[in-house]
Amino acid sequence: MKPDMTVNLAGMALRNPVMTASGTFGYGEEFAEYVDLETIGAFVTKGLSLKPRAGNPTPRIVETPGGMLNAIGLQNVGIDAFIQKKVPFLRSVNTPAIANFFGNTVDEYAELAGRLDQIPEVAALEVNISCPNVKQGGIVFGTDPDCAAGVVRACRAVTKKTLIVKLSPNVTDVVAMARACEDAGADCLSLINTLTGMAIDLNKRRPVLANITGGFSGPAIKPIALRMVWQVAKAVKVPIIGIGGIMNATDALEFMLAGATAVQVGTASFINPGAAQQIAADMENWLTDNGVADIKSLIGALQA
Amino acid sequence: MQFTAMILSNAEVSPGYWRMRLTAPPEFASASPGQFVMVRVNNAIDPLLRRPFGVFDVGTHTPAHSGAAAQPYFEMLYRVVGKGTAMLSTLHETDLLDILGPLGRGFDLGDSDEEKLIVGGGVGLAPLYLLARELVKKSPVRLFAGGRTRDDILCITEFERLGVECYTATEDGSLGECGLVTEALLRRLDALQGRASIYACGPHGMLNAVANIAAQRGIPCQVSLEGYMACGVGACLGCVAPGNRHSAETPDFRCVCTEGPVFESGELKWRD
Repeated sequence: MKPDMTVNLAGMALRNPVMTASGTFGYGEEFAEYVDLETIGAFVTKGLSLKPRAGNPTPRIVETPGGMLNAIGLQNVGIDAFIQKKVPFLRSVNTPAIANFFGNTVDEYAELAGRLDQIPEVAALEVNISCPNVKQGGIVFGTDPDCAAGVVRACRAVTKKTLIVKLSPNVTDVVAMARACEDAGADCLSLINTLTGMAIDLNKRRPVLANITGGFSGPAIKPIALRMVWQVAKAVKVPIIGIGGIMNATDALEFMLAGATAVQVGTASFINPGAAQQIAADMENWLTDNGVADIKSLIGALQA
Repeated sequence: MQFTAMILSNAEVSPGYWRMRLTAPPEFASASPGQFVMVRVNNAIDPLLRRPFGVFDVGTHTPAHSGAAAQPYFEMLYRVVGKGTAMLSTLHETDLLDILGPLGRGFDLGDSDEEKLIVGGGVGLAPLYLLARELVKKSPVRLFAGGRTRDDILCITEFERLGVECYTATEDGSLGECGLVTEALLRRLDALQGRASIYACGPHGMLNAVANIAAQRGIPCQVSLEGYMACGVGACLGCVAPGNRHSAETPDFRCVCTEGPVFESGELKWRD
């Protein structure tokens, strides 16, 4: 018998738990040639801002052992172009499309959330709280529980769609951040975003990235992500999307054992554009081989 | 498209430079000059990301013994610069590689009544051979190949075999003229009777010089860029290059993998 791969993410039914992570999958269309989008659970579009953003100077990416650093600078088309040029494609795909977005102020977050709420093709919103709070002197929203809660409350007030908050790992206590977002009205938490890192060119005695620091992703970060998902899952009631270095079905299933209801595949899509589809298929095969009838039975089933 | 290719040959053509021939699906024959492939060097996580390489040539190999099917193939010319390319150079015939491609926007072949001036620096010759092969069908073609030493001047015989007139320049004078290849290009432009069009690929400094020459003389010029890229399909946005309206205040970036790698030189920002 085919195992039941469906999961429920705060009221959103997914055919399987495998999603693609924001910033690694364009607006979906870029991957249509390589992935049957109707074989994955959901996909998350590139982070949107009110105005288009051109991003950082180059070099923007560098590979390091087991991972990569990126400092793209949140380059995106802006919400207007998203609605005009990208949403029509979302309509053609029978898979939930989740819009990731970010602002420089609480008001910007709320305005974006309100506008995205009006787009029927957007199934859910994912708030990126890892950018600096310009008004409060550059504190990153995602590293201060009160700032994060303020953003989440403002977005919650203007949307009834599933509200996912994407947590930063660059904090001392991720559980405090998770609790603050849950209390402020988040339906779901996704973690982890990239870890801040840097790479140096010894011979040039210069940083490799033009931005000096960047976000570290890839298989090297999986143990940290797993630990954070496990910690947060024990502390909150809302469902969790596990993210961080997922390269294959084994990685994805480990996140589910740690407490994730769904997972996002990120850097792996750069290496193999069909990674998410492959991972979903391999997870199903693992369930079949191991006599697991329902994938939901694995969520948080870690014996620890 | 994504496919598994089998290595048919992998040989060092000059110290540090390798030429690899791989099997390809029949659709690959329609690759246009200037397009590239993303190669996964192995199935492990080190190196993690694919590596981009220009398509050097495409063709079909008809085995000598009767009954064997004709095998479409493509070739890459690469320089060993780091771990990924060092690993590629250790691979042998029958080894398999996962390939994405052909990707990106290739060269516009332009009008046939122009003299085609191709400028290549070092491994920048990689995407220019397939281009030359197409251009010689309709136009006179000249190649200006530059490098630091004679070791950086690659596959000139192949270009000559196409009927391309080749000029070489090396910075140490070990082959051809001593100096920069743009000197020979300028002399040819001075002697030019009719219309011409420039095609260039190589180090950024060389492209910058060629783009400036083209702009000063009002000659159409296309350049093929390299970029650090993770995906090759327009998702990571790592490989952007500054466009002609770019400034620190109003950034204007073009995506090398999907809007390029070939650009009209006027589309991009250059130093004066």
